[in-house]
Amino acid sequence: MSRNVKSCLIWAFVGLMLAVMYIPILILIIYSFTGAKALGVWSGFSFELYADLFTNESILGAFKNSFILAFVSAALATILGTTAAIGIFHMKKWRKSASNFIANITMENAEIVTGVTFMMFFLALRLPYGWATLIIAHTMITTPYVILSVTPKLSQLNPNLYEAGLDLGASPMRSVFTVIVPQLIPGMLSGFVMAFTLSFDDFIVSKFVNGSVETIPVYLYNALAKRGADPTLRALSSVLFIAVLTVLIALNVVSAKRKKKAQKASA
Amino acid sequence: MATATREKFDNIIEIKNVTKVFDGITAVDNVNLAVRRGEFVTLLGPSGCGKTTLLRMIAGFELPTSGTILLEKQNVTTMPPHVRPINTVFQKYALFPHLNVFKNIAFGLKLKRIPTGEFDKKGNPILRKYTKDEIAEKVERVLKLVNLEAYGYRGITGLSGGQQQRVAIARAIVCEPKVLLLDEPLGALDLKMRKEMQLELAAMHKNIGITFIYVTHDQEEALTMSDKVVVMTDGAVQQYGTPKAIYDEPANAFVADFIGESNILSGVMKEDFLVEFCGAKFKCLDKGFGKDERVDLVVRPEDIEIDTKKGMLEGKVVSTVFKGTYYEMEILAGDYQFTVQNTVERLPDETVWLSIKPDGIHIMKKLKTVNEYVGEVLTENTVEFCGGEFEFVNTDGFERGDEVKVQIPFDKIELTDDEDDGVIGANVTQTLYKGSYYQVQVYTDDDNDFLVDTVDEWDIGDRVGIKINAENITVTKKEEESEKSEKIEPAENEAEEAEDGE
Repeated sequence: MSRNVKSCLIWAFVGLMLAVMYIPILILIIYSFTGAKALGVWSGFSFELYADLFTNESILGAFKNSFILAFVSAALATILGTTAAIGIFHMKKWRKSASNFIANITMENAEIVTGVTFMMFFLALRLPYGWATLIIAHTMITTPYVILSVTPKLSQLNPNLYEAGLDLGASPMRSVFTVIVPQLIPGMLSGFVMAFTLSFDDFIVSKFVNGSVETIPVYLYNALAKRGADPTLRALSSVLFIAVLTVLIALNVVSAKRKKKAQKASA
Repeated sequence: MATATREKFDNIIEIKNVTKVFDGITAVDNVNLAVRRGEFVTLLGPSGCGKTTLLRMIAGFELPTSGTILLEKQNVTTMPPHVRPINTVFQKYALFPHLNVFKNIAFGLKLKRIPTGEFDKKGNPILRKYTKDEIAEKVERVLKLVNLEAYGYRGITGLSGGQQQRVAIARAIVCEPKVLLLDEPLGALDLKMRKEMQLELAAMHKNIGITFIYVTHDQEEALTMSDKVVVMTDGAVQQYGTPKAIYDEPANAFVADFIGESNILSGVMKEDFLVEFCGAKFKCLDKGFGKDERVDLVVRPEDIEIDTKKGMLEGKVVSTVFKGTYYEMEILAGDYQFTVQNTVERLPDETVWLSIKPDGIHIMKKLKTVNEYVGEVLTENTVEFCGGEFEFVNTDGFERGDEVKVQIPFDKIELTDDEDDGVIGANVTQTLYKGSYYQVQVYTDDDNDFLVDTVDEWDIGDRVGIKINAENITVTKKEEESEKSEKIEPAENEAEEAEDGE
């Protein structure tokens, strides 16, 4: 009996939490299929908003900007984060913990502080705000996540693997690329995806250093500030939500499959 | 002299005065070793004795702190591992998980360059890569050698431990190294698989004729597979010889204790071919010791004969255990408890007579007969050595600041449980049961060692205090002689053995 009560309570709690989180999104998605100006008014089913969305030049431009920015900075973060992870992993004692601590600062720091810092830093360097500053800033804030997802792969490696490469005639550089890096690819991939999504939806840091380049979050903010709740934004939010959801599900499916395969192999 | 030069030429690896220090700890201590072409040499010793470090220096993964390593008379001490014609089989295989069996084995071949037979304008040989067909042929051949013919396109993760081990061996030998290094390659396998692989490895060594240097802590493995065994402890070579020589003629008590079952006793050489222990005199085959010199001696359990009526030593059976083909009995004779193996069972409390034939007794020089240090007189009755201030009886009128030689017999040192009860602290690094007492080796924090004879049992790693009564410290004037730095020379019995064979 008491167990029943307990499980009821748990389900009620989880249900409430999910409802608070997802009902607004669900409402948004439902009302993205109607043309009415105000949210909550149903003026008949239509793809009107989606048609608007995909013909709106400035939205498409912002989308393109966000995509390029996320792709470039995630790629840079993956390279930087992987090399950093390998370097930190082979450090000893206090150097290791110090490096890890420093690498994690941008992750733990309040984003507003990071944003202001970058703004002042670029100002001091007289670097004009725009693509360069956005890419630098986004690479810096996403690199720690790559380090975090690559490091566990490194600690799972056979400690002699790199030496085995050397032993068979590969130079140190070659041994890293042909022996170590292939083992890190799953970690690098999930690091890349994480960096991509973080960069894609970053608003605070972008807002400080974007100059004239509008990314999707910045566009959304500007649009709301200027024109109020544009109904097209409902369609845009829905598209973004579904896109992120798809990527996350795909990532989970792939890693589950990989795990199963590994278990099968070791059995 | 002619043999000397030929011998030198035959040495494929020569290790000269190699020392390796990690963060102030000496892992390998002035090792000298020569390995002949085509031999199967095993580095044997307990964990932490420096055998793996020595192997890693030969492979090039570690740089010696001092000393040189020669490969075919060329100095390769600082040559990076990827250009050394030496390959390694690692303890946990270290196969590349992203490549299949074939590609793992082909990894080294793809990087290898071989001379075309032509020369460029400067007279340097022109090198080329192996062709695809050559690589495929070599891989197939080596897969056959390790009995994995059908496995070329299998993934690595699906293979059993034994199969992975074979791939690791194949991957190393396909490169045709001058020397193959094996770092406890069978350590991760179960007992049955181990035995099988031991035989296979030994057969493989015979077939391909590559020099093997093998690291293990398993004495049985070392004795069954190798042509020569190097017994190491504390980073130093204790003995280098054939398995038979090491078993029959251990160089010192450590080797005797480490290899096989043995009774290790202290005795006194009365004259050539006569030794006294347990209150009786025994004939033996050893000579050349000083009269009344204290020695260690080893008697193997199977070399002790038991009789109910007559013999050299009277004893009492303490316990008996059936071991399949023989009985192992503990027999107390005098103050020493002998381990005896015999096919005839004797029951506990039975009185028996033990006798040992001359060739069953092997005499070894005592490593050290007294603890000896250099110290400095601090006050009228205190002397400082090994980082501690000890009281002593100043009969010779030494003065403050005098450099002196300090001697303390093994059995006059007291070890205390609590470090603070002693004058200095130390760590127990070795204990050796000598029948009626333990010989314990402790290292002080400034890296001096004490040998202590004690009836108490101490565990390796125990932290102890050292206490010495004032009257047990002998202080004499420091003489200007080099005797102090007496090192244990590895027994050279391998040279004669090898020459006999030729």
